Amino acid sequence: MNNRGISWLIGGAQGTGIERGASIFFTAIAMAGYYVFGKREYHSNIMGEHSYYYVRFDSKPVYSHIEKYNILASYDAETIFRHSLEGLPGSAIIYDTGYLNVKTKDVPTLDKRVREDIHGRFNNNFVSISDIIEEAKSYGIKSFPINYKEILNKVALKTGEKLSELTRMNNVIAVSASLAILKFDLAILKKAIDRVFKGRKVVVKLNSLVAEETYEMVNSLGYINEFNIKISPIENKSKRLLINGNQAIALGKLVGGCRFQTYYPITPATDESAYLEEHEILDVENYDPVKSEREILKGAGSIVVVETEDEIAAITMALGASLAGARASTSTSGPGFSLMVEGLGFAGMNEIPVVITHYQRGGPSTGMPTRTEQGDLRFVLHASHGEFPRIVIASGDISECFYDAIRCFNYAEKYQLPVIHLVDRFLAHSVETIEPFDIKSVRIDRGIIFDENDLKKLKEGGEKYKRFIFNSTGISPRIFLGTKNAVFWITGDEHDELGHITEDPVIRDKMMEKRMKKIEIAEREIPLEEKVNHFFPSYNSDLTIVSWGSTKGVILDLIDELSKEGYKIEFLQIRLMSPFPSNYVEKVLFNKKWICVENNYSGQLAGLIREKTGLKPNNLIVKYNGRPISLDEIYIAVKSILEGKSSYKVVLRGGA
Amino acid sequence: MELKLTDYRTEVHVNWCPGCGDYGILSSIQQALFELKLDPSNVAIFSGIGCSAKTPHYINAYGVHTLHGRALPYAIGAKLANPELTVLVILGDGDGLGIGAGHFVNAGRRNVDLTVILYDNGVYGLTKGQASPTLKLGLKTKSLPKPNINQAINPILLAFASGYTFIARGYAYDVPYLKYLIKEAINHKGSALVHVLQPCPVYNDINTKEWYTPRLYKLEQEGYECIITNETTEEEYLRKISLMIQKANEWGNRIPLGIFYRDLRYTTYEERIEARIPSYRLNPPAKQKISDPFGKPITYIDKILEEFLI
Repeated sequence: MNNRGISWLIGGAQGTGIERGASIFFTAIAMAGYYVFGKREYHSNIMGEHSYYYVRFDSKPVYSHIEKYNILASYDAETIFRHSLEGLPGSAIIYDTGYLNVKTKDVPTLDKRVREDIHGRFNNNFVSISDIIEEAKSYGIKSFPINYKEILNKVALKTGEKLSELTRMNNVIAVSASLAILKFDLAILKKAIDRVFKGRKVVVKLNSLVAEETYEMVNSLGYINEFNIKISPIENKSKRLLINGNQAIALGKLVGGCRFQTYYPITPATDESAYLEEHEILDVENYDPVKSEREILKGAGSIVVVETEDEIAAITMALGASLAGARASTSTSGPGFSLMVEGLGFAGMNEIPVVITHYQRGGPSTGMPTRTEQGDLRFVLHASHGEFPRIVIASGDISECFYDAIRCFNYAEKYQLPVIHLVDRFLAHSVETIEPFDIKSVRIDRGIIFDENDLKKLKEGGEKYKRFIFNSTGISPRIFLGTKNAVFWITGDEHDELGHITEDPVIRDKMMEKRMKKIEIAEREIPLEEKVNHFFPSYNSDLTIVSWGSTKGVILDLIDELSKEGYKIEFLQIRLMSPFPSNYVEKVLFNKKWICVENNYSGQLAGLIREKTGLKPNNLIVKYNGRPISLDEIYIAVKSILEGKSSYKVVLRGGA
Repeated sequence: MELKLTDYRTEVHVNWCPGCGDYGILSSIQQALFELKLDPSNVAIFSGIGCSAKTPHYINAYGVHTLHGRALPYAIGAKLANPELTVLVILGDGDGLGIGAGHFVNAGRRNVDLTVILYDNGVYGLTKGQASPTLKLGLKTKSLPKPNINQAINPILLAFASGYTFIARGYAYDVPYLKYLIKEAINHKGSALVHVLQPCPVYNDINTKEWYTPRLYKLEQEGYECIITNETTEEEYLRKISLMIQKANEWGNRIPLGIFYRDLRYTTYEERIEARIPSYRLNPPAKQKISDPFGKPITYIDKILEEFLI
């Protein structure tokens, strides 16, 4: 295994089981004790367009992908046309011999730019798969031709299934052949198949048979000895979670007590809501102080998930639920958030806790729905007319997604304001092996809430409950709709302490100051470790990298490599975007050589730091082609910065 | 303690124009709440933007004055989080059928148990009298520079097509009758619409009190009734619906008030949730405990985590 672990790539037409195939592969690898990282790329399309999946794994944690493969597992022609030259030295292409004569012109989904690129390489407009394979061989890439049909024929004979029914298992052939040349334990692969197909007996049996036959074919062709990497199971003492960002956020919401979620279908946010709906009935722990033991009340809790008519309804419905007393949230992406903005302002004006999980994707407008970007930082910070406090938190990895999802509700309720949880397409769909969540460490803080007894006392004391009562903190006690012994009013208009409309300039000033004061208090109260992750702090580092969000993983992997070369790199990951930790950031970056790394065009964080501290980075590394930053490309970029060979702005352009 | 009618009033100065139909609607709502003996603390009134939207400030109950057109999704969110609330939604004709038309239509699909009161004066009053979606084609009310170029929406038929299960029409100056309709609507299990003809004495100089008075009549006085149940035969259904559509379209020398339609066949959205989540009514989202006294979360996800543990 080389120093970047093993990188495996599977590709095919959308709708033919790319994701399923990748799941079987990384599940098997993770079951064998390895750390895996999986990155999915697909078109905004249901059937036919090219889709691919990178999996990188190692015996140590892996946080990023590389745009190069050790093994390319294919079961169509397009994958080979597109990815053949991404092979590392000594890498392998696994392909179906049935495609050898397929030419570029036979693949209509191959877009013009890629086609012309291939034709240019060969100086010829009739390039076939066999030409491509020969070309790859000339770069030292090994080819492993397999007759997929022959394998399926054998399975058909053994099971009596129709051949046409079996072709959808071509993905499993590609996966199995990959694992076979890695000399991977077939028994573990079969366990992975069972797990991915959730024990559906007939399907599991068929797929396992395909795996067996593929292993036998690979053996009989002698391929095992032709590939020099072997993956043996390694022992790991404790279990890990194999999970993606959508799922981690959903689980965070459940643990964090989110009981009402709304959504309007949008890529890449909706998987989270679908997951929540699937798990709408919840088990709840009940502590019995008499017996001093905990019991599990099955099905005693629930989350109501509502698919709304649009995103305006999504946020306003969540606000309604929040007013009634539920922890409420909605999940969306840029186009949806654009519609939610009026609701955001209302939440700010009326101090209503709500959590918006914002999965950034390529913008502007419809942009690139299935591709990633960090282009919405400025948008979520400033969205809406007028001024009101909001908290914006950006998660850097899948673990942070879980804990931040919980934290968002605490902030929202404690400071009575909208909280935006900023993540992206890359985090949403990336799969990683991570340490199990430490749920015991989590706390829930709902802020100041009056119940009917508090209100009774207030009433008996001759006082009226005022929803927006002025006090020293700006945080007025909340009550929920339906609480006895009081009522309240709220309005999008400027209002008095009771919540009635006012245009009085004195009250306006006081109310504005009351609302804005809350963000100062939040800034003071939120601990530093929730604002930033400061890795390898140092006064004499060669370079300080500043970044936010999903670039965290690739930067950590990069620093790992560079430190082996003797470089001292410091990394400041900013998590709290509002209120911005200006003082700390300024302290760390003052007089340092620092760069900003972002998955957007303009360097939005760099601009924010400039605004808040006056400091400007020495270099800016950006990427805006809709693909996440890979380890290989950032390595080259940062290396050239370290060697003083780089211009101010470096644009990364990797990705198929 | 016995509740009095004054217990449903607030001290806020009512700033509608003199003679506005909204006063009659406000009284009808207050009287309906009083006669139904509803605890103000258990009633939540939502509104959008416009003259109508000020109503909640004048009623002593939870009042949520929201955004233009959005009262319905706010109200639905609150009702689903706490299904014990009595929920009223105040819409204006521009508010509910213009900017909020999408929510008005989609609310019908859900049949959440709430009452929509649609104030219809044919104009956008608070912005000085522009044509609203219910103003008839070719009419030129006072502040329009040219006659209205759009056809009008028929709120009764739109509500029917959208799935509202109770549809009625009242008149702002006939308080006792409007109060009766609102009470019926609140008592109806499901989404109820009360369409209120509401003269705007400042900007609508066509559909005035003098114009309405001789035209209005009550459907039940002619023996009209349209109740659809699971027992209703196909033939009966078609006959009743045809008559309902005919009555809903009646607008000229005679304009009907009353209950146009009651459909008892559909479950409410709350019942549909309950069918999926048995503990929903007992422990709805707004009432659930989510942490123990020490702030530790009590949601138990060990079972769910098994699918990820490897």
